[in-house]
Amino acid sequence: MSARTDEAFARRKIIGVNEETVTNVSSKDFPHHYTTSDQVEDPSWFLRKFQEGLEITFHEHKPFDTSFSLIGIDASIANAFRRIMIAEVPTLALEQVYIKNNTSIIHDEILAQRLGLVPLAGDPAFLEDLKPFKYVEPGQEGGSAPYWGNSIALELKVECMWQEKGKERARQGETDPKQLYNNSSIYAHQLEFVPSKEQTDRFPACFIKPVNPEILIAKMRPGQKIDILAFAVKGIGEDHAKFSPVATATYRMLPVIEITRPILGADADKFARCFNRGVITKSRVTEEEASREGSGYEGHEGEMKAVVSDPFKDTVSRECLRHPEFKGKVRLGRAMDHFIFKVESTGQFTSDEVFLESVRILKQKAKKMVVHLDNLVGPPKEKTGDVAQEQGSAMDTDG
Amino acid sequence: MASENQDMPDAGGPVQGLTDARARQEEERQDAILVDDEQKIHVLPGSTDTSASFEFLHEDHTLGNALRYIITKNPVVELCAYSIPHPSEPKMHLRIQTFADMEDNNVYDVLRKGLMDLQDLCDVVTENFTTARDKFVQENGST
Repeated sequence: MSARTDEAFARRKIIGVNEETVTNVSSKDFPHHYTTSDQVEDPSWFLRKFQEGLEITFHEHKPFDTSFSLIGIDASIANAFRRIMIAEVPTLALEQVYIKNNTSIIHDEILAQRLGLVPLAGDPAFLEDLKPFKYVEPGQEGGSAPYWGNSIALELKVECMWQEKGKERARQGETDPKQLYNNSSIYAHQLEFVPSKEQTDRFPACFIKPVNPEILIAKMRPGQKIDILAFAVKGIGEDHAKFSPVATATYRMLPVIEITRPILGADADKFARCFNRGVITKSRVTEEEASREGSGYEGHEGEMKAVVSDPFKDTVSRECLRHPEFKGKVRLGRAMDHFIFKVESTGQFTSDEVFLESVRILKQKAKKMVVHLDNLVGPPKEKTGDVAQEQGSAMDTDG
Repeated sequence: MASENQDMPDAGGPVQGLTDARARQEEERQDAILVDDEQKIHVLPGSTDTSASFEFLHEDHTLGNALRYIITKNPVVELCAYSIPHPSEPKMHLRIQTFADMEDNNVYDVLRKGLMDLQDLCDVVTENFTTARDKFVQENGST
């Protein structure tokens, strides 16, 4: 295989980003797409090949803020993981709010809405044991009844009062509510977990608390009261955004910058300024390059040339395509099979757990569908052995 | 008003109210709810052994596109495509057509293989991800 066709094959995996158009946008890694002579390798599904081709690297790993690359995976799969992280990973959030008393100026329904959006954290084992809650409209069948295995009780009982000598300070002109009243501002940390006996029996150290204690829930003045009993359940983001375990779960494809003709001297500086800092660096044209005919470096030995150093930092702004001096000298694109994920958790689960859970959920979906397919057409007949073997190989990779 | 709201009879109910035996019953019922007894795959009219449209209930682009990709990878498949016929109905349609002159071209087997392959894929991703994470933590520490 010549270098030229090698390059052509490599370009198949790159989405072209041009001045006005995008090219080669969809994956064509399927059987029958290319003629046999045109095929790099058999694009059929082989587990072993996928296993060898898949590469995962981490860029950042904080508990609630993780960034990693999935390389060698199709957009449809990467997108499935992203969608599941946002909408289908079960998460605990306040769902039922019983307002016994609320004389603050915040309306009951607004208060309930605010409480629902407070991200909760807790004992991981306890959270895992908690069963998802399926809500249905009253009178309809199939919903869950609340009990200790699927509900968490939280209490908010606060009253705003004058501080000692507060009135005196007010007469002297003090206007800061924090100097005058107690409980003038109600924060998320004032929500108190009320475990049931069964819950503490099973998880003696169980706790549920807001991720961020400083979330402002309401403001009050002397004489006003809030008395609330609220129940948190596990739901999914598809139902309500408060049940989403992530603040953001996104991916972008790795930018590809290819300098096809030399960019030298002052142009190199201007070129570097078209990108984020660090994307383009400069280096001197070597003697070897200058002596190579047709390279475009002839007679430029020792001059500065633009070099692509870190395309990861690029945003593919296409700024460089706007300048006539770079015309025909640069090609921009994105790698079709390189997904840079960024998962920011709201604090209930760590980011890596959220991703792993999304993979588990996708697998679970497929597994469940096999059962439903069997219900439809009966289990596979003469092929039974093969399928068992396939399942066997799936088990191997569990290790 | 306030005194009226003070004692709502059902407010204290759900967590503390149930006895252990009832709770266990409830737990079993919960498990039953999670195992959907509703049939989630149907075959649409006009299907043959080499071309069929499936209707998946309560599924969307997440499974639709992933399944489309992995089934298209099967060389006996001539066409595989999915659609969401209407945005306000929780349904996903998947069309599979196989080459009539090839072996092992039964659409049901092709769909089953697709679902199996997707599970294998998930196992590999999980394994690679955990390895990569542990390696990163070892080298850089988790901060």
